[in-house]
Amino acid sequence: MTTTNGDRPLVEVEHLAEFFPIHGGVLQRQVGEVKAVDDVSFTIRRGETLGLVGESGCGKTTVGRLLLRLLEPTDGTITFDGTDITGLSERDLKPFRRRMQIIFQDPFASLDPRAPIGASIEEGLRIHQIGTPAERRDQVARIMELVGLQPYHARRYPHEFSGGQRQRIGIARALVLEPELLVCDEPVSALDVSIQAQVLNLLRQLQRDLGLTYLFVAHNMGVVEHISDRVAVMYLGTMSEVAPAQEIYRFPLHPYTIALLSAVPVADPGARARQKRIILLGDVPSPVNPPSGCRFHTRCWLRKQLDNPTRCETERPPLRDLGPDHQVSCHFAEELVQVERREELIANAAAVSSARAVSDEEEIGPVELPPPDTGGIFDPAAPIGDDTPGHP
Amino acid sequence: MSGQVPALDVKTVDPTLVAGHRSSLWRDTLRGILRQRSAQAGVVILGFLLLIAVFANVVAPFGSEQDLRYPPISEQVNRLAPPCIHLLGCDTSLPQHAFGVDGNFFDVFSRVVYGARISLFVGFVTVGFAIVIGTLIGAVAGYAGGWVDNLFMRLMDVVLSFPSLILAIAIVTVIGSGLIQAQLAIGIVAIPIYARLMRASVLSIKERDFVVASRALGESDRGILFRRILPNALTPLIVQGTLGIGGAVLEVAALSFLGLGAQPPTAEWGSMIGLNRNFIFNAPHLIIFPGIALSLTVLGFNLLGDGIRDALDPRLNR
Repeated sequence: MTTTNGDRPLVEVEHLAEFFPIHGGVLQRQVGEVKAVDDVSFTIRRGETLGLVGESGCGKTTVGRLLLRLLEPTDGTITFDGTDITGLSERDLKPFRRRMQIIFQDPFASLDPRAPIGASIEEGLRIHQIGTPAERRDQVARIMELVGLQPYHARRYPHEFSGGQRQRIGIARALVLEPELLVCDEPVSALDVSIQAQVLNLLRQLQRDLGLTYLFVAHNMGVVEHISDRVAVMYLGTMSEVAPAQEIYRFPLHPYTIALLSAVPVADPGARARQKRIILLGDVPSPVNPPSGCRFHTRCWLRKQLDNPTRCETERPPLRDLGPDHQVSCHFAEELVQVERREELIANAAAVSSARAVSDEEEIGPVELPPPDTGGIFDPAAPIGDDTPGHP
Repeated sequence: MSGQVPALDVKTVDPTLVAGHRSSLWRDTLRGILRQRSAQAGVVILGFLLLIAVFANVVAPFGSEQDLRYPPISEQVNRLAPPCIHLLGCDTSLPQHAFGVDGNFFDVFSRVVYGARISLFVGFVTVGFAIVIGTLIGAVAGYAGGWVDNLFMRLMDVVLSFPSLILAIAIVTVIGSGLIQAQLAIGIVAIPIYARLMRASVLSIKERDFVVASRALGESDRGILFRRILPNALTPLIVQGTLGIGGAVLEVAALSFLGLGAQPPTAEWGSMIGLNRNFIFNAPHLIIFPGIALSLTVLGFNLLGDGIRDALDPRLNR
C-alpha cells in the first residue's frame, strides 16, 4: 500500500448526490428526476472494508459507481487520498483510475466475450502502458495465480469458464494494476452459495496480502457481516446508519436498520421463534418523489409509537454521532439507546407486526424485507447464532 | 482444445497465444457456419465464381473485347451466332462458341467469364464502402448520443426515404456515369442500413459491464469503441453485409443496364443485358447467359448470408 497521507481516510465522500433526469412528453423535456443518491456522506479508511447495504434501488450501486467517477455526480465531492476527484477531466483522472477498481455482480456480463481472458486481464496494463509485453504477461500470470487461476487459462474465452471462475477473472482484471481501493458491486450475489464462500474468502485473503481497501456493496446482511469492518446502511438514496460491523449487528440504532436486521432469516428454528420481527408497512416510496423530511418516516415503526411527531416530516435528520464511531440519521435514535426502553419499543412493534401478519396471511401474505427480486442467498460461512437484533 | 494441454509454464507459451489469440473463437464460428446447408451451397457457388474470376484469362478462350473477325483469330464467324458446342452435337464445320457470338463479333462466353471479375469486385467494394462509412456513422451516433446521434440518424432517415435505385440514379446523374460512380452511388444508398444496425448494437453493448470495466481501467472513448464495442457488434454486420453484396451486385448491374454504370463495351453483365435487349427474340443467348451468371452470383451471396445468419443468431438455433 502506498501511503502518502498517513491518517487521512482513503476516501472521503461529502454531500454526494446523483439525480437521473426523466424525459417525457412529445418534446422529450425533462419531467422529473430520480433521486438515486441524495446527500450522502461517508469515509472509507485505509485497509478496511466498508459494507454498504440496503434494499434494491436504494442507490448503493450508484454510490459505488460515483466513487469511481463512472457516473458524474449531480452534487457533492469525492476526495481520494487527499485529492478532490469530482471535477477532474478524464485525462487528469487517469492516474487515479489505476488506484481504484471495480468488480461486478454479473460474472457473465462483466467479461468481453470476444477477448481471451488473458487479454482482458492485461487490458489495464496496456491502457496505462506499463511494462514490456513480456513483463505484462508475467504480471498477468502472477495475478492469475493469485486469484486461483491457471496460467494456461489465459488464452481461453470467458464462455469456457464457470460463474465462480469468471468472478475470479473479474477480480484479476481489477487487481492487475495493483489498486488501493476496490469497489465490490455485489460480487457474490449471482453465485451459488458454495462458490460465494470461496470468492468471499479470496477477497479477504487478497485484502490481507495486498492491503486493499474495499467498498463492499451488497444486499445480503450475512455476507456483509462476514466481510466488513464497518457497515453503512442506505435507505432510498440516503445514509441511515454507519457503525462498526459488530456494533451494528448487535445494537443497531436506526429504526430502519432494526427492521432490516429483524428480517434476516435465522437458521436455528428455536431462535427463529424467539426472533422479534418487525414488518414494515407498504412499499419503498418512489425515489422520483421521495417523502419529505426523514425519508423513512412513512414506514417508521418508531415514529408511530412516539405518536407521529411532525419533526420527522418536516426536518431532514442529519447523520450524527451516537456513541463511538456510530452515526445515525434519526431524530429520535436516543429512544433506542437505553436497553429497557428499546426492548419495550421493539417488542411493541413486533407485536403489531405479528398481529397484522396473522390477519393478512389469508389475503396477501406477509410483507417483509428484503424484497424478492434480490433472491437473498445466505452465506453459510457467516456465523449466525442467537445473537440476532432485538436480543442485545 | 486447450483443455488437453497440461499445465504449461507461461513463459514457454507462444506470446501470440497469451495476448491476441482468437483463432479458436473464429474457427468455432466458421465451423458453425459451414454446418448450415444453405451456407455450404453458397460457398460452393461463390467458390466456383471466384475461381472463374481469378483465372478468367485461363478459362476464357478469347479476350473480353476481342473482335473475332480480325487477326490473330480471323476465323469465320457469323454475327449473333447461337451457342455451338461440338461435344453436344453442333456441326463441327462451325466454330465453337459455348455461349454464342454477339453483335460486335465478341465471344459471349469469354465476356461472361470476365464479367465475373467485375461483378464480384463491384459487390465487395460497394458493400465494403457502405459498411465502413455506415459503421463509423452508426458507432459514433450510438456512442455519443445526444445531438450527434440525432443529426446522423436524421440524415440516414432522409437517405432511406428515397427508393434506393431512384436515389442512386440521381447521384449518378450528378457525379457522372461510369462503373466507379455507380459503385459509389449504390454504396451511399446502402450506408443507412449499416449505420442503423451498428447504432443499435452499440447502444445495447455500451451499457454492458465489460465496457464499464474498460472505462474504470481508464480506457479512452476511442479505445472502448474500437476495442470493446466494435468487435462485439460485428456479427449482425457480417450477416447483413453478406446479404447486401448480392443486392449491390444486382443494383450496380441495374445501373449499367440503364447505361449509367459500366459503359459498353466493358464486359459487365448488366451492361451486356442492356446493350443486347433489342435482340431478345432473335438472339436470346446474349441476354440469357449474363442473366444466369448474375442470378447465380446473387443466389450464392444470399445463400451464404442466410447460412451465416442461421449459424450466428442464437434465436434461430434449432
